[in-house]
Amino acid sequence: MSATSSSATRPAVVVTGISGNLGRTLAKLLHKHERIIGIDRRPFVGRPKDVEMYELDLRKKKAEDVFRKNEVKAVIHMGIMHDPRMSEEEHHSFNVVGTTRLLEYCAKYGVKKVVVLSSANVYGPSPDNSNFLTEDAPLMAASRFSGVRDLIEVDMLAHSFFWKHPHIETVILRPVHIVGPTIKNAPSNYLRLRRPWVMAGFDPMVQLIHVEDVARAMVAALRPEPKGVYNVVGPGEVPLSSVMRELGNTPIPVPHPIARPLLRTLFKYRLANFPPPELDHIQFLCAVDGSRWVTDVSWKPRNSMRDTIRSVLGE
Amino acid sequence: MLERLTDRVKKGLRDWTDRLANDEQKHRLQALARPENEYGVDPFGFSLDYSLSALAPFVWLYRNYFRVETYGIEKVPAGRVLLVSNHSGQIPLDGAMIGVSMMLEASPPRAIRSMVEKWVPSLPYVSTFMARVGQIVGTPENCRRLLDAEEAILVFPEGTRGINKLWPQRYQLQEFGLGFMRLALETRTPIIPVAVVGAEEQAPALMDLKPVAKLLGFPSFPVTPTGLPIPLPTKYRIYFGDPLRFTGRPDDEDSELDKKVRTVKAAIQSMLHQGLKERRGVFW
Repeated sequence: MSATSSSATRPAVVVTGISGNLGRTLAKLLHKHERIIGIDRRPFVGRPKDVEMYELDLRKKKAEDVFRKNEVKAVIHMGIMHDPRMSEEEHHSFNVVGTTRLLEYCAKYGVKKVVVLSSANVYGPSPDNSNFLTEDAPLMAASRFSGVRDLIEVDMLAHSFFWKHPHIETVILRPVHIVGPTIKNAPSNYLRLRRPWVMAGFDPMVQLIHVEDVARAMVAALRPEPKGVYNVVGPGEVPLSSVMRELGNTPIPVPHPIARPLLRTLFKYRLANFPPPELDHIQFLCAVDGSRWVTDVSWKPRNSMRDTIRSVLGE
Repeated sequence: MLERLTDRVKKGLRDWTDRLANDEQKHRLQALARPENEYGVDPFGFSLDYSLSALAPFVWLYRNYFRVETYGIEKVPAGRVLLVSNHSGQIPLDGAMIGVSMMLEASPPRAIRSMVEKWVPSLPYVSTFMARVGQIVGTPENCRRLLDAEEAILVFPEGTRGINKLWPQRYQLQEFGLGFMRLALETRTPIIPVAVVGAEEQAPALMDLKPVAKLLGFPSFPVTPTGLPIPLPTKYRIYFGDPLRFTGRPDDEDSELDKKVRTVKAAIQSMLHQGLKERRGVFW
């Protein structure tokens, strides 16, 4: 909890979940230009000196002090947990209650800009999806995978906040699968497997985005132009099989009627860390249309398709 | 190993396509290239390389098995267009043959997209095949997006009602959906009526085993003399009609749209009658 006297007077950007991979990438991009206050339960390893850090839980009363004591001009909310092994109750409380509190403080302390990280996963993969889902497509993910319910709820909370507080610029970003050298989410972990399962006879188009590009998108969202919900797409779409080829993996085709019960058993006995409904992502399409974001902030991802795919290898 | 095997099959099929197509056609096929990324696919998953491999068996069927003849293919305008056709024959080879004709005989050649049933993406292998050859799930959003990109789209407004009809209903157009007309009005797209004569007899369906269909999750389970996957070598004749342009509100009442749809339906039906009258037999 350090604050140098010179920077304490400048209005700050509060970043929740700053100690995660994405948070750290974002902090490195932003700390030269903005005064950053980080909030996270975890310590920030390799924190730049000018980033002020509060190690606390958003649900705690003390989190309000950050807003009481500092002039906050913008909030970037990434403090959302996706751990399939965590109890559903804890998961839900952390994500939903945490977001609710944070949005309350934003309204109460006159924050001008709120950027919330959601995910393109909220639409959910499904055989009857259109090839490209726009921002107004229904959020169907929970109908097949109840574990993502709270992510949808966070998205909806931010959405209703956007309508309730028209004078606050709220931006909700729904990036596609985030990958990167140190990212530990399901898509990155899956792509790192040398002999990954694939669903025999299914080869959906997938969209990946490099973690650095997501961080750049979050920074771009601080600009005055963007408002509302945006899908954020990386360098484009590519068949899953091409991704496997690029990475030199040897996929094992598993017939889909067998894959589900098998993975369920493996997951139960902790032999696999992928929740069985995640199989939908390698069977069906969940691709989004990012053109609104492209036009509103002239978005162009910096990492090419090849670099984005290869980034999971940590080269 | 599996990868190498599929690569070899693909290469073999590709060579077959090249052998079947003459030099001029080969040149034309190459001109079909679309904006693709470094992995050789467009955003919808269409791959020219894969399609040219997949084309070989269909070109063979087109030339030697169904001996397709087309009439009036020059009427298909450049730019966005909806090809609206009758649907028959239990397996959607009519779609494939219209597709091949547009690739080999239309000038400039076009790789058409067709709107497939929503259950196709849930079928293993079929789903991948359809996506790589440019066939898309038939949602209005997909159709709108493709028309805005000036593509040619094949629609079967009868859907499964048409393809799965039984022998006594042959060449009787079933109820048309209205969706294609809304899209045509919304995107100002000309409609080309298409009539396929010959597909109806390739697999005469005597009955539909509904319980089996339900069990397998298929729209129907027809019983045909040859067994489902093998069509009879009937002669195909494909008639392309004059472009129809409609104006009006896309969100009009169904009854208003229905009038316009009936114009299209009548055009197809009259081409069907003419085709049936002119042909000398089912197989030649």
